[in-house]
Amino acid sequence: MSQNIKVEKTVTIDKPAAELYSFWRRLENLPRFTRHLQDVTVSSDSRSHWVTRGPLGGTVEWDAEIIDDRPNELIAWKSVPGADVDNAGSVQFKPAPGNRGTEVKVVTTYNPPGGAIGDMLAKLFGESPKQQIGDDLARFKMLMEAGEIATNDGQPSGHSHSKD
Amino acid sequence: MKAVCWHGAEDVRVETVPDPTILNPRDAILKVTSTTICGSDLHIYDGFIPTMKPGDIMGHEFMGEIVDVGPEVKHLKKGDRTVVSSIIGCGHCWHCNQQQWSLCDNSNPNSWMQEKILGHGTAGIFGYSHAFGGYAGSFAEYIRIPFADYTATAVPKDIPDEKLLPVSDAFPTGYMGADLCHIQPGDIVAVWGCGPVGQFAMLSAYLLGAERVIGIDRFPERLQLARNFAKAETLNYEEVDVLEALKEMTGGRGPDACIDAVGMEAHGQGPEGLYDKAKQAIRLETDRPHVLRQMILACRKGGTLSIMGVYGGFIDKMPMGAAMNKALTFRMGQMFGPKYIPKLVEHVVNGDVDPSVVLSHRLPLTETKQAFEMFKHKKDQCIKVLLKPD
Repeated sequence: MSQNIKVEKTVTIDKPAAELYSFWRRLENLPRFTRHLQDVTVSSDSRSHWVTRGPLGGTVEWDAEIIDDRPNELIAWKSVPGADVDNAGSVQFKPAPGNRGTEVKVVTTYNPPGGAIGDMLAKLFGESPKQQIGDDLARFKMLMEAGEIATNDGQPSGHSHSKD
Repeated sequence: MKAVCWHGAEDVRVETVPDPTILNPRDAILKVTSTTICGSDLHIYDGFIPTMKPGDIMGHEFMGEIVDVGPEVKHLKKGDRTVVSSIIGCGHCWHCNQQQWSLCDNSNPNSWMQEKILGHGTAGIFGYSHAFGGYAGSFAEYIRIPFADYTATAVPKDIPDEKLLPVSDAFPTGYMGADLCHIQPGDIVAVWGCGPVGQFAMLSAYLLGAERVIGIDRFPERLQLARNFAKAETLNYEEVDVLEALKEMTGGRGPDACIDAVGMEAHGQGPEGLYDKAKQAIRLETDRPHVLRQMILACRKGGTLSIMGVYGGFIDKMPMGAAMNKALTFRMGQMFGPKYIPKLVEHVVNGDVDPSVVLSHRLPLTETKQAFEMFKHKKDQCIKVLLKPD
């Protein structure tokens, strides 16, 4: 039951690697485009505290440290021992051919625990963690290229009047 | 405000819904002064477009007056009169920079729905299902316009709505259909479907240098409009064998380019037509590709097929052997709105084209259901219905 789940997903963003790296390296920015991160607090150059939203208003939290940092190329992080969930991730920035921008590849791994937190995580990441990472990356791309994240939350519809 | 909401096949209702508000910094709010039913709305009305949800506000061809703008809208301001592209583009991604606006990477919040069926996500479209972004449509008094600086184009105030409204969708769609044909001197272009998009495709083929244009339909009033408005020669497919007739009209060569302005609900004749209708009815085939098959057989060897009629899913019995052995080029796509709209507004302002000719009827928004029935069944020689929200 307890084995690492690994997810990787790549998207091409029409911006220079340096710009994307800088935005991501300020880890406080991550909740602006990831759906489940509520807050990231940076305590030192390598240490940070991550809080994700759980169901019923609960949270899952851990401390993470940067384990590899190559400016404009790669950032890798890992939860420190004692985390609710052991997890690690990296983001890699590689120039795409022919002025097509930058290929951004995210790899995350986590070790799902059993019990209540395991159940919460299952709900958190849904049936398709790959889909969720892909969704987060799509929102990162929107924010970087278009300056905002497309939405239709809060627009009018006749739903509430529906008799169906 | 009042809005027309979809509730299922052939079930559209006028409802009172909340007014739209600015949700993102590049949004604008538009007071809709005119909107119209597009042929592709019939696919929704008939229940052939998946991911529609009961209560969704329909409509994607429209114009109006800007009444509010978000803090990041740079070019438009309150009071501007604008024509709005049915296709929403962010204006900043690689595809928008290539002028391929309907392939925008960033305007569709639900592109993941499309990845499963299309392989990739495409641009958002107003009022055209959740797979295309779930954006509330224009059959309403007000509408939110995302990425307003790119999606909406300011137009002069002294030209009536009727002349500018088709520049929102039908005219650029037809124009792109002709543009994709790469028309060369001497080219003969055949257009399947003489509805509004077909009319604009025929007219645009001439604007882009076609030698002759042939329109194909079965409704006399549409064929007549093709002759009068688009100056095309016409064929009634219920009266003649289209393949034979096209060959005779083109010295045996076949049309150099063929434009599909019909799409997924084409009416085939004989056993082939029955086959598609039956399969589509029980959803074994989502689209009826009769026009496509005929275009492949009709087109000159080495010629171009330009597909602007909407397809949504899967088709059967494609004569791929003919397409391959005749070395045909297939070009297609949802229209690249902002690539063409400013140029077409100019054509209208200069008086080169009067698009209002395709608007045969005018009704208040509250009578949208009647308008759909009239448009679908071509009652009273209906070609296109202008809807007025006030």
